[in-house]
Amino acid sequence: MNRIAALCAAPAAAVFAAFWLLPMARLTALPASKGAATYFAVLTEPRYLASLVQTTLLSALVTGVSLALAAAVGLYLGRRAFRGRRLLLATLTLPLAFPGVIIGFFVILLGGRQGAIATWSEALTGTRFTFAYGLAGLFLGYVYFSLPRAIVAFAAAAESMGDELEDAARSLGATRFWIARDVWLPALTPTALACGAILFATAMGAFGTAFTLSSRFEVLPITIYNEFTNYANFALAASLSIALGLITWLVLFAARRFGPELAAGGA
Amino acid sequence: MAAIARRPAPILFAVTLAVTVFTVLPMLVSVTAGLVNNYSSGLASGLTTRWLVEVWANYGSTAWHSIALALACVAAALVIGVPCAYALARSRSRAARVFEELLTLPVAVPGLATALALILAYGEWRAFRLSFAFIFVGHLVFTLPFMVRTVAAAFERDELVWLEEAARSLGAGFVQRFLGVLVPAVAPAIVAGSLMVFTLSIGEFNLTWMLHTPLTRTLPVGLADSYASMRLEIGSAYTLVFFIVVLPALWAMQAVAAWLGPREATRTAARGTAA
Repeated sequence: MNRIAALCAAPAAAVFAAFWLLPMARLTALPASKGAATYFAVLTEPRYLASLVQTTLLSALVTGVSLALAAAVGLYLGRRAFRGRRLLLATLTLPLAFPGVIIGFFVILLGGRQGAIATWSEALTGTRFTFAYGLAGLFLGYVYFSLPRAIVAFAAAAESMGDELEDAARSLGATRFWIARDVWLPALTPTALACGAILFATAMGAFGTAFTLSSRFEVLPITIYNEFTNYANFALAASLSIALGLITWLVLFAARRFGPELAAGGA
Repeated sequence: MAAIARRPAPILFAVTLAVTVFTVLPMLVSVTAGLVNNYSSGLASGLTTRWLVEVWANYGSTAWHSIALALACVAAALVIGVPCAYALARSRSRAARVFEELLTLPVAVPGLATALALILAYGEWRAFRLSFAFIFVGHLVFTLPFMVRTVAAAFERDELVWLEEAARSLGAGFVQRFLGVLVPAVAPAIVAGSLMVFTLSIGEFNLTWMLHTPLTRTLPVGLADSYASMRLEIGSAYTLVFFIVVLPALWAMQAVAAWLGPREATRTAARGTAA
């Protein structure tokens, strides 16, 4: 039995070792060629540290806002039956299949220099209003790709939530606010933690959206890309990638270890 | 559920409505922009297919490249992923758990890191670096865990352990048991895994942008190029081409997920393309 299992796993293990494990070992060893201090460049170099802090704050903000909005949508869709509910849920989750570049393009279409909002605002006020190329554009794009992941999770959690507590609270005269705080919040917290980890890790590693927007607000994946492509600074790019990979992996690992099953894979 | 569900919830309704508009509006604007003569004047400038024709002439090959690449990924993930899923489902050893954890690392680590690693390790090997095989191996290590985990979860069901035992006691050899009994029994999970691999590969950008060359361009790579260098109408028409390629697969995936049951649906849908 064990021999058969080993034989079954061997091809996948070989492919994984050749095209991920080995290359990653090479990547991990590379910064050492420029001295051990290179590994800590993300913390010691102010420019990279700033990029890391910016990316972390943006990702945390995006995660918080997306969780709050998606929890409301999930509660609405998960607990009521109406015509077109399945269709609406399917529509809201369409962006799951969009690469980040498309979402960046959406932001440009609406908030860019020739965007719809610039045209409308010019007609109304005489000035062309753009928001695509700064923090606001990046934030909206990141929320756009985060929402569908969270909506799926919250809709499923809300569907499986029992009604007894809420009924009891209501018959005792609890207001909407108290029900939200004492019934919904505890029931949805595990989902929020697991899903929040996935959203945060995805936002930290997101590249396509920021790349399309060529934002003035530099996130870490763009910093890594610039170091590698524009400055051919391979050891530094490797060091920053290791730091970023460690962060996303740790967040996901912690969520899977301490949270419910949902967190398995997904960024 | 029904009693509560009928109570009005104005705040939840308002948020749902706002989120729906936020999600759907850019898609509608983008589709419209690809089909009108002039984006700034909107529908008033009249409908046209000239941008689609232009996109097809300039970038049509990228759509075929992406489809071929995604199908190759599905094929490879089936051949190496399904047996691997079986091995992981049947073995309780510590080594198996560690291997499973390792296998999902390419999903947990940003695609950019994986791409850099591949370039550092194999970039000097020109023939490989310049071919689609280079992008293919990147897509394969990234999509493989999705196939393995989905199918392994199906193999773990108790009925399947009993079924395999029954086939064995009737004298079926391993290959016969595996291909004749087990694989058909987990077919829905295999279909779900294949659709997942297909959509992830079609939409993959983070790895692909680093791994591509001017002669090996995929659909998302072409999209990024058109967004940077072409007018908005062409970018929109190209986006429409992407929708036409990816949406049937996505809908099929959602239908299979719904058919497998709500639990599987969550597991499946929570996994999207990395942004």
